Amino acid sequence: MTDTTQAARDTRAPQADGTDAPEKAQAPKRSAAMIASIADPGVPTTSAPLGHALVELGRADERIVGLSADLAKYTDMHVFREAFPERFFQMGMAEQVMMGAAAGMAQVGLVPFASTYSVFATRRAYDWIALDMAEPNLNVNLVGALPGLTTGYGPSHQATEDMAILRGCPNLTIVDPCDAVDIEQAVPQLAAAPGPSYTRLLRGKVPRILDRYDYSFELGKAKVVRPGTDAVLVSSGLMTMRALLAADALAKDGVDASVVHCATIKPFDAATVVRELDTPRAAFTLENHTVVGGLFEATAGALVRAGVRAQVDPIGLPDEFLDAGALPTLHDRYGLSVDSIVARVREKVARG
Amino acid sequence: MGLTVDRRDSLDMTDTGTVHRRQHDLDRDVRLKAIREAAYNIRMGVLEQGQAQGEGYVGQGLGAADILAVVFRDQLTYDPSDPEWEGRDRFLLSTGHYALAAYSAFAEAGIVPREELLTYAADGSRLPMSGMSTYTPGMEISGGSLGHGLTLGVGHALGLRAQGKDAKTFVFFSDGELDEGSTWEAAMSAAHWQLGNLVAMVDMNGLQADGPTGDILSNEPQEERWASFGWDVHRVDGNDPVALLDAFDACVDGAQATGRPHVVICDTRVGAGVPLLENREKLHFMRVEAEDWPVCMGQLTHGYEAAAAAGTDGKVA
Ligand SMILES: Cc1ncc(C[n+]2csc(CCOP(=O)(O)OP(=O)(O)O)c2C)c(N)n1
Ligand SMILES: [Mg+2]
Repeated sequence: MTDTTQAARDTRAPQADGTDAPEKAQAPKRSAAMIASIADPGVPTTSAPLGHALVELGRADERIVGLSADLAKYTDMHVFREAFPERFFQMGMAEQVMMGAAAGMAQVGLVPFASTYSVFATRRAYDWIALDMAEPNLNVNLVGALPGLTTGYGPSHQATEDMAILRGCPNLTIVDPCDAVDIEQAVPQLAAAPGPSYTRLLRGKVPRILDRYDYSFELGKAKVVRPGTDAVLVSSGLMTMRALLAADALAKDGVDASVVHCATIKPFDAATVVRELDTPRAAFTLENHTVVGGLFEATAGALVRAGVRAQVDPIGLPDEFLDAGALPTLHDRYGLSVDSIVARVREKVARG
Repeated sequence: MGLTVDRRDSLDMTDTGTVHRRQHDLDRDVRLKAIREAAYNIRMGVLEQGQAQGEGYVGQGLGAADILAVVFRDQLTYDPSDPEWEGRDRFLLSTGHYALAAYSAFAEAGIVPREELLTYAADGSRLPMSGMSTYTPGMEISGGSLGHGLTLGVGHALGLRAQGKDAKTFVFFSDGELDEGSTWEAAMSAAHWQLGNLVAMVDMNGLQADGPTGDILSNEPQEERWASFGWDVHRVDGNDPVALLDAFDACVDGAQATGRPHVVICDTRVGAGVPLLENREKLHFMRVEAEDWPVCMGQLTHGYEAAAAAGTDGKVA
């Protein structure tokens, strides 16, 4: 792991000579800092994929503009700002103005990408998303960093219900990318598609795993990234990385798991998901989100509508406000880690 | 409103010996000396927490230490042994990421044990990186989503007044929070309701997440804005205990059940009291090398002792 949390942890490791003062023994080994890496061991990372994809897009299309609400540095927008200072608008920590202004810019013919943290986009500025972007169906592309549980900072920054809030919004496309590959490929497609979008941004050093497979991002499509005969894992966002790593681990035990990646949450590719779940395989949904109102319920709705009877176990966050703490600790506690996925799949497959 | 009468609500409430009361009857030099000492202790606590994590909002904590010293050592009425005592003044930390400064002030006030500061932001700690009422004694609100504090403060002040209590509500927020519309909605509301029992303080440190405040969203002139909203306005050097004490005295002496709400606009310096941090690039979240923490602590102590020896008025050099 090359993340800052790990680096910080290493510098605080107990002294090798065992001379810890008593208060040192009490000193924390794991931090609840805002920014923590989500890359698992052995997964390479790419720096600021959103920023670089936007720069590339901006070169080809001068209608592309960037906005942020005092979080350019923390949402990879600074890369675009540095390349196109005259096309970047720092709106201050005023999320509602940023959303309204982005919608206004779209009305005069620009194609804005606007960034803040997911919690502030969805909880504070939702009225602006619904009425100023979605109802007139404007091409405004929102990027929310720290989606779901990707910071140990506590409920103020953990956007555990961002998809639940936004799935009810008509016209709004919702993308939950797995990695840098998804982000790089999604950006031009989002700009080209009419109507507003919300992307659950992974920022900083972003894992890169989908290029190990025969995969490409297609807006609106779920993809079978990996076939498998014993279990099927329907996943989105960073949980697809976890699902793929879990499938690798399960393969060593002779459990063959398929991974179906739903990078677009809305519109939902019901046909693909229903087809993959109409099966005797042990079935799961995996999402970095509360089990209320996200991928699990989108999947359940699709199955019921299609008249398919299937028993699907949700792997996701509980319906509660989560703890503050170090991110790896919390991912273990709430069952998002590779190890806990492996254990749940193995157990269900064994039960038959 | 409740039927139980806390004995501290009666006139001889100081008899419990644990209630901290406003110090305005004391000699001014005695008060200032105590404030200076508290500010030093708060700063040291901030550095200890920063050292425990290796990084954090240390610059902000150092900058805000004098404000918190005046509030906790001098102005606020509370019972450290019972942070939920009904008769207390309320202190609301809107700026959740300033929690380390509040924890340090709580330790100085005796609300949390000082050793506990070393658990700051660690797994299982009562002192999370962002202040939350559900974790920490003395933390009245959960403030990490910025721009909530003053709206909650309106409710505390209105509610306490409706209950016939003369406790005051203090709200701390940052200059970045001046960007949020909710702050100004609350400012208008507080004036409308004539919340003379509300005392707000703004930490004007000139910094926010993406850089200097002036580059992000211009927010001056502040005095005129608050005054035009109907507030009683004071603007001071927020690292000058004398100026702070005078401003808070004016606010709290003038605090009434009804009347203009009060704001102390405090111009502070990121890293104040520790030249090593004050003179480097101002960053919202700073990392300090392991070997530099003792240097920071040494500089802090040196500055404090030198000021005390010189008999200055306690302003951090
Ligand atoms: C509503 C909201 N929007 C954005 C953020 C992200 N954020 C955290 S601190 C910060 C800067 C706020 O300014 P200030 O408190 O003055 O920063 P400091 O002086 O500590 O650098 C921002 C934008 C937030 N916590 N809440
Ligand atoms: Mg500031």
